[in-house]
Amino acid sequence: MADTLYAVAAMTGLAALLIAFIRMIIGPTSADRVVALDVMTIISISLIVFLAAFLERAIYIDVAIVYSIISFIGVIAIARYMERGI
Amino acid sequence: MKKHRAKNHETAGRSIKHSGILFLLLLLVWFLLGSRDLQECITGLIVSLLIVILTRNLTPVLGDIRLTPRALFIGLWYILVFFKELLVSNLDVARRVIDPKLPLKPGIVRVRTRLRSDIGKMILANSITLTPGTLTVGIRGDLLYIHWIEIRHRDLEGATRDIVRKFEKHLEVIFG
Amino acid sequence: MELAGAIITLAGSVFLFLGALGLLRMPDIYNRMQAGTKATTMGTLLFIAGLALGFHQEIGVARVVLIILFVIFTNPLSTHALARAAHKHGIPLAKDTVKDDLAQDEEARTEPEGEGK
Repeated sequence: MADTLYAVAAMTGLAALLIAFIRMIIGPTSADRVVALDVMTIISISLIVFLAAFLERAIYIDVAIVYSIISFIGVIAIARYMERGI
Repeated sequence: MKKHRAKNHETAGRSIKHSGILFLLLLLVWFLLGSRDLQECITGLIVSLLIVILTRNLTPVLGDIRLTPRALFIGLWYILVFFKELLVSNLDVARRVIDPKLPLKPGIVRVRTRLRSDIGKMILANSITLTPGTLTVGIRGDLLYIHWIEIRHRDLEGATRDIVRKFEKHLEVIFG
Repeated sequence: MELAGAIITLAGSVFLFLGALGLLRMPDIYNRMQAGTKATTMGTLLFIAGLALGFHQEIGVARVVLIILFVIFTNPLSTHALARAAHKHGIPLAKDTVKDDLAQDEEARTEPEGEGK
């Protein structure tokens, strides 16, 4: 029962990832694409933790932590670039 | 002359407080990452100390946090208020997204804050971003520019009362 | 215990889905950010907390707390930086927008004979 619910949750997360990806492709401006990429990163952090739990690899949690740090720095760098150029 | 020295003294105090709080925060992160045995603890102490020493010339933003018992109590209470607002804002967003008519009346309004410290303004801006229908777009001096998904007040006072007051009255005690 | 965790995770994934749907449906970038940042923060929080409740031997609870704290602090910050950059870049608001005080003040500041604020 619980496993089925977890699987449904992961499927919903994957669907969310797909929808955000559509926005990233059609997004009219570059800022739209960056926002979509940010949302995709957050969703994939959740999915990485899901994999860590189901494959019983605690080390994947560290991957999720590092991924969140790097995505934060990347978004800040892109925002600085859009604001005043390189 | 005397006034100048007093000001110097005050900045030194803020700087020391900033270093202390930063050191404790770094240690907390180190132990949350899961260090248990003695060697790892010693490594964590040394690395935290090194980071505090290397970043001592940056602005001491954490020095504005007050450490009185009342401030700590209000801080815990603030976390509860924050989570309640987060839940309300998510239900609000869910309602708007599912509604086929997409009810929106967006715009950017000014609000004024009484907070003086930089870290207080940052926490306020973060809280505003995560609460129902509002998103901080810019900060200039004591004015915050808020993108509001459904404008209820066009003037500065009404918007300030609606958006800022519920957080500010707690944050004033913690940060000043 | 595991069932409670599964239900919390499912609720989180629903919020993630709604956030992505809002990203697709909203008319301009600022409204998209509103949906994107709020719903995904709450969704990630619930999703990970539910997993930690159901699988606390497999994954350390402390690290999950670290991820949650990190997401709560950095997600609004990066959205704020992006929103400011988009506004300075001149990306227009949706056409049914009521007012834009920030653009007004920017204009008043750049014009030399304007009063300024």
